[in-house]
Amino acid sequence: MKLTLSEKIFRSHLKDEPFPGTKVLDIDVVMCHEITTPVAINDLVARGMDRVFNPDKIKVVIDHVTPAKDTKTALQGKIVRDWARRHQIKDFFDIGRNGVCHAIFPEKGFIRPGYTVIMGDSHTCTHGAFGAFAAGVGTTDLEVGILKGVCAFREPKTIRVNINGTVPAGVYAKDIILRIIKELTVKGATDCVIEFHGDVVKKMSMESRMTLCNMAIEAGGTSGVCMPDRVTVNYLWPFISSEYADKKAALADFKKWWSDKGCSYVRVIDIDVSFLEPQVTYGFKPDEVKNVTELAGTPVDQVYIGSCTNGRLEDLKVAAAYLKGKTIAPSVRGVVSPATPKVFSEADRLGLIKIFMDAGFCVTNPTCGACLGMSNGVIAPGEVCASTTNRNFNGRMGKGGMVHLMSPAVAAVTAITGVITDPRTYGKGGAA
Amino acid sequence: MKHFGGKVLFLDRSDINTDEIIPAKYLTEISKEALKPHMLEDLKLDGFDPDSSEVREARVIVSRGNFGCGSSREHAPWVFEVNDINVVIASSFARIFRQNMFNCGMLAIELSESDISSLFDHKAAEASIAFDFGGSRLTISSAKGSRTYDYRISEFDRALVEAGGWVGFADAKY
Repeated sequence: MKLTLSEKIFRSHLKDEPFPGTKVLDIDVVMCHEITTPVAINDLVARGMDRVFNPDKIKVVIDHVTPAKDTKTALQGKIVRDWARRHQIKDFFDIGRNGVCHAIFPEKGFIRPGYTVIMGDSHTCTHGAFGAFAAGVGTTDLEVGILKGVCAFREPKTIRVNINGTVPAGVYAKDIILRIIKELTVKGATDCVIEFHGDVVKKMSMESRMTLCNMAIEAGGTSGVCMPDRVTVNYLWPFISSEYADKKAALADFKKWWSDKGCSYVRVIDIDVSFLEPQVTYGFKPDEVKNVTELAGTPVDQVYIGSCTNGRLEDLKVAAAYLKGKTIAPSVRGVVSPATPKVFSEADRLGLIKIFMDAGFCVTNPTCGACLGMSNGVIAPGEVCASTTNRNFNGRMGKGGMVHLMSPAVAAVTAITGVITDPRTYGKGGAA
Repeated sequence: MKHFGGKVLFLDRSDINTDEIIPAKYLTEISKEALKPHMLEDLKLDGFDPDSSEVREARVIVSRGNFGCGSSREHAPWVFEVNDINVVIASSFARIFRQNMFNCGMLAIELSESDISSLFDHKAAEASIAFDFGGSRLTISSAKGSRTYDYRISEFDRALVEAGGWVGFADAKY
């Protein structure tokens, strides 16, 4: 039988099928943050079941509001911190060592091809970039994951997206995924895994692949997925070198997860990016996407560069290439949030932090904060934010505010001019 | 098992996301009860008033496609639960929201778009919906008359509702 990557993972991890169509899977990594985990912890304590199925398979970070901004967020941090200590969860990342969950966990090498991953966070689909089945879940699923190491799913169907052509200058993974979401709509991938294939994906870095997979949920997708290849092996090599004789052996092992030729897809989409423009959202849904030229000239009050979508080193490099030697418009507040301490320190080593600061950006510590309007860059009613994040929902970055989603390149040049701007007119920055 | 049925709140829009149901700034609460005043606070829908008596008295929500998309926050079902709304009926649901509802022992019922449209015919008429959970039937009644619909939920979802949620079910079985 010819199988897709996620079908192979479902078969290898199937623990039980309590009813037809319901698959209970063994979970390899249960990830936790301080927003959705405390209620699960408190419920387990209240039930007299304060246990964890395996402390080594639970990864914990405080990332959404850090440093704590008030008593409530301090308490959320404390609940998670005390719990991680009492269960001897060694992979717990607290302030000073913490970063945005979907950036720091891959960086630590926690995600491997063929893994099952859950988290109480919808952007968990990011980790499918490593050839894993990674799904966002609610607090109850998380609670059962913590307690039993299992999670129930309807087996998803798979949509295949072939991305081919030559990526034009000024166009990046963010533009490609926004274009794909426009095609799929915000519900087009519900109960589906989105597989990304094609020459463009093969040449992409892991960072860009994570940007692609990160936004699978914005089309309703359960997980985004890339086939684990040489790029994956190279990224993971520091963590897996003791497990394989050489990289060739690792690659051969990873390939067993690849979708079989002739496997069944519910839909196939072919995209040629050769003539793709930078993409920007205009409404309150992530499928409301236009070419940057159609929105050029729209004034913005704030530019935000960061998040699990576009807060990695590659993203900061792209933005800094446009910002070098420039200052941002006086009408604009610029906020950049490197997604992890490693990204921050690398950006510092490479001189990027100085470029952002000289341009007039506020550089914040790694945190999710502004992306969901919790801290570190909330906008006021009537304000407009040009943002490299993933959601433009009504009120997302602040009640009554408007969000335009875009790549770090568009965000950087928009910060300079104060209005949504086409980065191709600047002629700097490389291809994706 | 929870109680299902009562007055209907019609939300005539597709793609209502969980940020609209409960904005992220309230996710710093660690009690479900604290969410109660903030239900549907950021809903973008002409004429909608989250503080109206229609919203306060609602026990069932009827809406359109892709209900509950976006964030995985279970605070969305919770804010419904603490406002005594244990059922959402829509033409389709986002995966995580749908699962969260059943995981809490609540109902997320899918009906066809034409059935949903016929439910919306009762919109201006103080409608209520009664449930026959065992028979998988629901009946809408208003000044415009009444009509019964069959619905389908999976065996797993039914078991979760009967068990009062996924934690009890999973703890007994795994």
